[in-house]
Amino acid sequence: MNVLTRCRWRAIVLLVVLCLALAGCGGAEIFAPAAVAATQPPAAEEPTEAETTLTVFAAASLTDAFGEVAAAFSAANPGVTVAFNFAGSNQLATQIGAGAPADVFASANQAQMDVAVETGRIDAGAPQVFVTNRLVVVVPADNPASITDLTDLATPGVVLILAAEEVPAGRYALEILDRASDAVGVGSTFRDDVLANVVSYEENVRSVLNKVVLGEADAGIVYTSDAISEPGVTAIEIPDELNVLAEYPIAVLNDSAYAEDAAAFVAYVLGPEGQATLANYGFGVSSASSAQ
Amino acid sequence: MSWLPGTGARRRPRDWPRGRRRARPHHRPETWWALALPLLLFLALPLLALLFYSPPAELRANLARPEVQQAISLSLRTSTLATLAAVLLGLPVAYLLARREFRGRMLLDNLIDLPIVLPPAVAGLALLLVFGRRGWLGAPLDDLGLRVTFTQTAVVIAQTFIAVSLFVRAATIGFAAVEPELEDAAAIDGAGPGQVFWRISLPLARRGVLSGLALAWARALGEFGATIIFAGNFPGRTQTMPLAIYLGFELDMGVAVALSVILVGVSFGVLLLIKGVFGRGEE
Repeated sequence: MNVLTRCRWRAIVLLVVLCLALAGCGGAEIFAPAAVAATQPPAAEEPTEAETTLTVFAAASLTDAFGEVAAAFSAANPGVTVAFNFAGSNQLATQIGAGAPADVFASANQAQMDVAVETGRIDAGAPQVFVTNRLVVVVPADNPASITDLTDLATPGVVLILAAEEVPAGRYALEILDRASDAVGVGSTFRDDVLANVVSYEENVRSVLNKVVLGEADAGIVYTSDAISEPGVTAIEIPDELNVLAEYPIAVLNDSAYAEDAAAFVAYVLGPEGQATLANYGFGVSSASSAQ
Repeated sequence: MSWLPGTGARRRPRDWPRGRRRARPHHRPETWWALALPLLLFLALPLLALLFYSPPAELRANLARPEVQQAISLSLRTSTLATLAAVLLGLPVAYLLARREFRGRMLLDNLIDLPIVLPPAVAGLALLLVFGRRGWLGAPLDDLGLRVTFTQTAVVIAQTFIAVSLFVRAATIGFAAVEPELEDAAAIDGAGPGQVFWRISLPLARRGVLSGLALAWARALGEFGATIIFAGNFPGRTQTMPLAIYLGFELDMGVAVALSVILVGVSFGVLLLIKGVFGRGEE
């Protein structure tokens, strides 16, 4: 074997190794389907016992509640498992727009569901509100700044954390402050006084909660459902007339490969068992959603 | 960098053994270029996409926005302070690591490397537990009325924690390359330990020290995870460029891209500087 051939051989071996490495990490989907189709019977002929995995894109605030809902749903529907992608609703809507495979989308607000509808992957009439959420003031268990209601947030020296305006919880918090400023007896400078106490606009509502738990802040504004799952904080209600009702819509994607199972999951979430579980996690259920 | 094809090889003796060794990389550059191309594209394409996302006029307009300017100046200020802190804190450690054998040297060495491999979010959390209002140091400070978290000081602390390793690493290599005989000779001629360090060791190790400084600065400039956890996000106070990029991505792609372009440009420039200026004169 002369030198040149050997050299070429090495290059080929290297290329093959590269291809294998690519195939190993996710590239498998690019290379595999043709081979699979040739060797396996079509999926339709498989027995109905076959495992179906539903991919559900759900807002981060649903993490705990949906975990329990999915476990109960799988128990009631043998052979169907649920895989979640929990993230900020805006990220999920972006991923849906980019073609990410998903069967169900549960958004923390209407705006991001609208974004998903605009991509054409969710039919305009499909989204249904399945829970509502409210906002609440949280303070550390020992309440170092002695906060008893929303107006105390304006007291100079209170260390306050809000979610950033870029995420829904942050926008809702500002909306509440605006309403409070307009309300009789609160004072028109209320919003500015409160904002003067803000030390950080966190990138998501969970990190607001965690920093209050750690005692880094005297108070924060989060969802009721966040507060209820955290024993390290005390929740202080925000009056209904000032509060925001965040509606969570859910929908099946129109290109879902498991449309029936996906619809069954949505029905389960909207049904009595699903709603009862969600209520346990602090979400507002049926009465609120039927009122809309 | 004598192992690069075309540099070191040229200095090989002409009577180098023939045969198998003929098949050296530089004899078939086109094959190697073809094999290198995927990685080059993989790294270059995303950066080019970033660069060409906004038309130049829009890029300039976004850069002129006050919140962007605020993030840039905050980033420059904090990363410079963090680099200063890294140099002050890192020089003695680098010198120790380069010059002294001692028990636990491996452990110290490992400790120094840890921030490089840790996810920055871990660093942020750990800093919170030390400097937070209920932390080991934070609680007594809070009693004195001093709060560290959510301040610019917290940004500098987070950046220093993440960047100091890079400085110590590079400076250690710099000091290790200084011949101990030169230091001994100076000492014999009557120079005190301080004089030896400032007049002999540090100047001779300057290439390592300076490149460590530049690396630390660039790393501090790009710090995100530790900052957002430990210092929070407040425009003009703790919102550095990487934080503004992350939050901008949720709201305004243009702002995020404009800041990203700056960061890519600055990082590229810093690396060029290290390799071009500090690397010059290498044998």
